[in-house]
Amino acid sequence: MEHYNMNLTLKVWRQSNQNTEGRFETFEVKEISSEMSFLEMFDVLNERLIGEGIDPIAFDHDCREGICGMCSMHINGRPHGPWHATTTCQLHMRAFKDGDTIVVEPWRAKGFPVIKDLVTDRTAFDRIIQAGGFISINTGNAVDGNTLPVEKDKADASFAAAACISCGACVAACKNASASLYVSAKIAHLALLPQGQPERKNRVLSMVAQMDKEQFGSCTFTGACEAVCPKEISITNISRMHKDYLTAGLSADK
Amino acid sequence: MLDAKIPPGSLEKKWTDYKGHVKLVNPANKRKLEIIVVGTGLAGASAAATLGELGYKVKAFCFQDSPRRAHSIAAQGGINAAKNYQNDGDSVYRLFYDTIKGGDYRSREANVHRLAEVSTNIIDQCVAQGVPFAREYGGLLSNRSFGGTQVQRTFYAAGQTGQQLLIGAYQSQERQIALGTVKQYSRHEMLEIVMVDGKARGIIARNLVTGELERHFAHAVLLCSGGYGNVFYLSTNAMGSNTTAIWKAHRKGALFGNPCFTQIHPTCIPVSGDHQSKLTLMSESLRNDGRIWVPKAKSDNRKPSEIPEEERDYYLERRYPAFGNLVPRDVASRAAKERCDAGYGVGTSKQAVYLDYTAAIHRYGLIEASKRSIPDADTEKITALGREVVKEKYGNLFDMYEKITGENPYEIPMRIYPAVHYTMGGLWVDYELMTSIPGLYALGECNFSDHGANRLGASALMQGLADGYFVIPYTIGNYLSDEISVKPISTDHPAFVEAEKEVSDRINKLMSIQGSQTVESLHKRLGKIMWDKCGMERNAQGLREAIQEIRELRAIFWSDIRVPGKINEFNPELDKANRVADFMELGELMCIDALQREESCGGHFREEHQTEEGEALRHDEDFMYVSNWAFKPGVNWELEKEVLEYDVVKPSQRVYK
Repeated sequence: MEHYNMNLTLKVWRQSNQNTEGRFETFEVKEISSEMSFLEMFDVLNERLIGEGIDPIAFDHDCREGICGMCSMHINGRPHGPWHATTTCQLHMRAFKDGDTIVVEPWRAKGFPVIKDLVTDRTAFDRIIQAGGFISINTGNAVDGNTLPVEKDKADASFAAAACISCGACVAACKNASASLYVSAKIAHLALLPQGQPERKNRVLSMVAQMDKEQFGSCTFTGACEAVCPKEISITNISRMHKDYLTAGLSADK
Repeated sequence: MLDAKIPPGSLEKKWTDYKGHVKLVNPANKRKLEIIVVGTGLAGASAAATLGELGYKVKAFCFQDSPRRAHSIAAQGGINAAKNYQNDGDSVYRLFYDTIKGGDYRSREANVHRLAEVSTNIIDQCVAQGVPFAREYGGLLSNRSFGGTQVQRTFYAAGQTGQQLLIGAYQSQERQIALGTVKQYSRHEMLEIVMVDGKARGIIARNLVTGELERHFAHAVLLCSGGYGNVFYLSTNAMGSNTTAIWKAHRKGALFGNPCFTQIHPTCIPVSGDHQSKLTLMSESLRNDGRIWVPKAKSDNRKPSEIPEEERDYYLERRYPAFGNLVPRDVASRAAKERCDAGYGVGTSKQAVYLDYTAAIHRYGLIEASKRSIPDADTEKITALGREVVKEKYGNLFDMYEKITGENPYEIPMRIYPAVHYTMGGLWVDYELMTSIPGLYALGECNFSDHGANRLGASALMQGLADGYFVIPYTIGNYLSDEISVKPISTDHPAFVEAEKEVSDRINKLMSIQGSQTVESLHKRLGKIMWDKCGMERNAQGLREAIQEIRELRAIFWSDIRVPGKINEFNPELDKANRVADFMELGELMCIDALQREESCGGHFREEHQTEEGEALRHDEDFMYVSNWAFKPGVNWELEKEVLEYDVVKPSQRVYK
């Protein structure tokens, strides 16, 4: 792979906290290697800013290998940037060329208030799980794992939904800031397994109710969420959620 | 004298007998007892959920924005359990034996046997929670092989077993949060242990959003804060992984066991430049099918595809015919370093070896062609079919490799090199997982207990969940049953006031220096010292130099760092400074420990102590003990030994040939 260096212009969202107004600030970064990750480019910039006495840019990140779901930058109008099925931390500077201007914003959604700069509060996702995103089994109750065979294609489909990393890119991509892809993936993970059946109806009703309460918008099925999802979670999960919701609403024991 | 409180009786009956006689706490009393859990990875989340289910009042803390993001999430390959579903001769004893042997006879028999016993319960529990493990067409659970064993006992969920297990534990924990038994404090970091009358009674935590310090009381405190591999700066750990929680406990009197035992993982993506912020692991499961090689000729600059078969050195298969590419991690890492140091490395840096899938792709292609009845498939077709199979098994790992390196691993062999991955050392704990401070426990990677001097693959997830789901719920009762009459201590108690003052003084000091160097740059320098002199190979002279260099670096840290921003706001640089300050002390202790241990064992390889073939040479007569270090004022340490006794296994030189 050919390596090269580049000079770039960054327009980055700065906001001191939830209660102040934000604005874009422009930074020039030089001699950025195509081998760097996008976040390493921010590391280089922040090291320079600290030296210059300027407050470094706050951003969320942790594992830097695309699985913890912490990183969350909206890059040139697209959550996690230009690469398909890739988190911000796995985006590498090869995606850009010398002279590019890159606009970086936080996730924008009512359900995700800004904490500082590019960092948002995504605890709404935890509260949606609390509403029912689990199987109610206490430790110690389980029977032998192989007493419960699961059809391979069902297990695979459940896994595909469970691959969601709760990053929130789906919400950030949606014009309505809907959390439907996230919530439906969480529901599908459990609804596709035999273990998830006893609580299936109440689960979908409670989780959808909590999603609405957290001020996420409605789904109009544009597919923007699926297009940006770093784990390629399928929009068919949303259809399944709607079907489950209707069925449950008509038949659940209240 | 250290008492590990190992129950009497024969090895296989110890845990059963212990459970049958351990003191219990009745449900009404559980509701009055408060427990703090620091860290929400597999150990912390499983402990918080289970203790909540039992009725205790639990507070759980994590520095991430959600408990689901703790670094257990990044574990790829799998989790071991002695289920023997494959009918290939596995048993609790074999898992116990493999783990003891893999750890190079530096772990405690009783703990490891218990781990092997509860391993089967873990799989059952996770399946019941809805963890989507890989399955066979018959609907039953699938297994794969891992290093250091000759049976297939590893359960997995594609290349993200850690995430799936953690989601299982996280969902159980969230359920308890909804029920009110667990209260979650995310974006909080523990910065001090509070001791009252010699017992752990709470913590001081910093709210990382507002910067405020908070006091939290508990009858017992559980540290589940993970490993300290980030002392090397570059590691496969998450950026935030740190030693701070256990280090504060250590400074308050908790003994630190075997600090120098570090696992260097053989299959990681090599460093690409000075900008590198972390290293990425390629799962050990890739060694199932991939073949590791270097050219037979030194400084061979040809492309891998241009090097014919007979000019390749499959050095693991050559040196270790019985285990081949599946030797344990310490052995595989040193073998890679040996080849690169001898001048056979590949890539531009020459600090890499090839992990090649060509043979596996061909083998799977032939099987697929046969399955699909294509007898006359040509090489191209076979390769295409083989790639499909490899993609299904390892696709996400191959994609990750391509994103990071820009090279297509289906066509060009992957370049890999060892990197710091796991720390076997940690706080000393007894059989009940209690540290040397009464009421303070350590679970998962942050304790020293189960992996000796080298951890086998797919055993970290097993240990984290064993400790949290199946060990602590029993053992904590033995302590708390004597605490039922202890009323919650007011957080205005002088011990809380004083602990909070220690924390705020320290933060004020960090912020007031306003020197010229960033925390990151000093952390990088510490990491380089550690990697060069306390890494894959260590010697006495290098370790002595490292100790001196770290002391000097620590002095620079405390006189010339610059932490921007303010105390009472969201300030990730300040969070980092708090953590790196502790690494600056831990690094020195690791070197002291490595210098004191005049032998090689597992991941600790002292150049002075090796066999003629270059294998680790243990000195059992002198070093069959856990090195526990007590912190003394002025940043000094004293050694206290726990002698290891092997009643069942006969320690011998590890042979994987």
